[in-house]
Amino acid sequence: MVIAVDDNTALRQRAWDAAASVVDPEIPVLSIADLGVLRDVVLDGDRVEVAITPTYSGCPAMNMIALEIEIALERAGFRQPKVRTVLSPAWTTEWMSEEGRQKLRAYGIAPPQASHSRRALFGEQAVACPQCGSDKTELLSEFGSTSCKALWRCKSCSEPFDYFKCH
Amino acid sequence: MATANIEVSETPLVLYALRRADDALILGHRLSEWCGHAPMLEEDMALSNIALDLIGQARELYTYAAKTEGKDNDEDKLAYLRDVRQYRNLLLVEQPNGDFAQTLVRQFFYSAFADLYWRAMMTSRDATLAAIAAKSEKESAYHLRHASEWIIRLGDGTDESHRRAQAAIDHLWAFTGEMFAVDDGERGLIHAGIAVDPGTLRGRWLTTLSGVIGEATLTLPQTDWMQQGGRSGRHSEHLGHLLSELQSMQRTFPGQTW
Repeated sequence: MVIAVDDNTALRQRAWDAAASVVDPEIPVLSIADLGVLRDVVLDGDRVEVAITPTYSGCPAMNMIALEIEIALERAGFRQPKVRTVLSPAWTTEWMSEEGRQKLRAYGIAPPQASHSRRALFGEQAVACPQCGSDKTELLSEFGSTSCKALWRCKSCSEPFDYFKCH
Repeated sequence: MATANIEVSETPLVLYALRRADDALILGHRLSEWCGHAPMLEEDMALSNIALDLIGQARELYTYAAKTEGKDNDEDKLAYLRDVRQYRNLLLVEQPNGDFAQTLVRQFFYSAFADLYWRAMMTSRDATLAAIAAKSEKESAYHLRHASEWIIRLGDGTDESHRRAQAAIDHLWAFTGEMFAVDDGERGLIHAGIAVDPGTLRGRWLTTLSGVIGEATLTLPQTDWMQQGGRSGRHSEHLGHLLSELQSMQRTFPGQTW
């Protein structure tokens, strides 16, 4: 029995690792594990079901992510893998790993700031430039290239950059 | 050949989910009409992003309505195979985009309500509606901030932008009363703790409006007379035109997928 449990744990870990290898198609430096989108992996015999949670309700990357998970699991030897979407608890940028935040910064995207309130109308907010580190930056648009990002500009190095919004 | 309309068994809970789904889909579609036409690239992206959020919310609500109904319907059938009289959205959200001011005033009136509404719905006894609310409230906070900033910029901008923003407020005001109305079916859901009474949100909604509109040097109309009908399927002439575009592919090529 002990061996069976160990086998099962190892098998689940293999399934988790396969699912966790999938990256966000719009931010390819982040895995879905870094993002906190990957919620659970459940084994039933040799069948596997993966639970993911959407970042934003209408995020078009979710369909692609689900498909990529199925492909990754099939490649890892799992037959007919299933992907389930869970809404609760609602995804938050607080789930993003520290490693994920560092990867974002290195990629040129300012990571979400925990102190920032989305309800503060015209709230003072300082987002450091991911290129030069300056905090002399300004918001250009609350909505950027994807649902999860806002568009900012650095007044020191003049580079525009994406800010991953707090959610 | 056109595809027949589906029938929906509108129990109070199915109808409740449908009404909110229709609000989100129709407003999302209206905003998507700006894609490629907005006055600047940043706004093109902003309005399209907000449209995406709303259409995502609509999908969750339609899926839940179909599951609750327990028949053969699904999110696509509910969106594409109901006719005007079967749609239950607020008259406000189907009003045409007009100029940029009219789009943003419509968005502001709705977002100021949706933000309060979804936050209140997070404590619904219905687990699915509470989960949808927890996602939607985060999105609506950004929608409200975006619209509020524009109302101030337009109202306290040039004479022309002020005039247009005020005209949009005067025009759309009569469509806001419907947000706070409930019928017997909804009253039952409110008593059961599944729905929130929108009437209890009106005071805070007015406070949000007054703050932003005051800062924008604009004024709220003093009239109390309100349009109604959308919740029971009596719509303005604009919805039929919108649906003919939204549904044309599925009506022409039934079951078509990308």
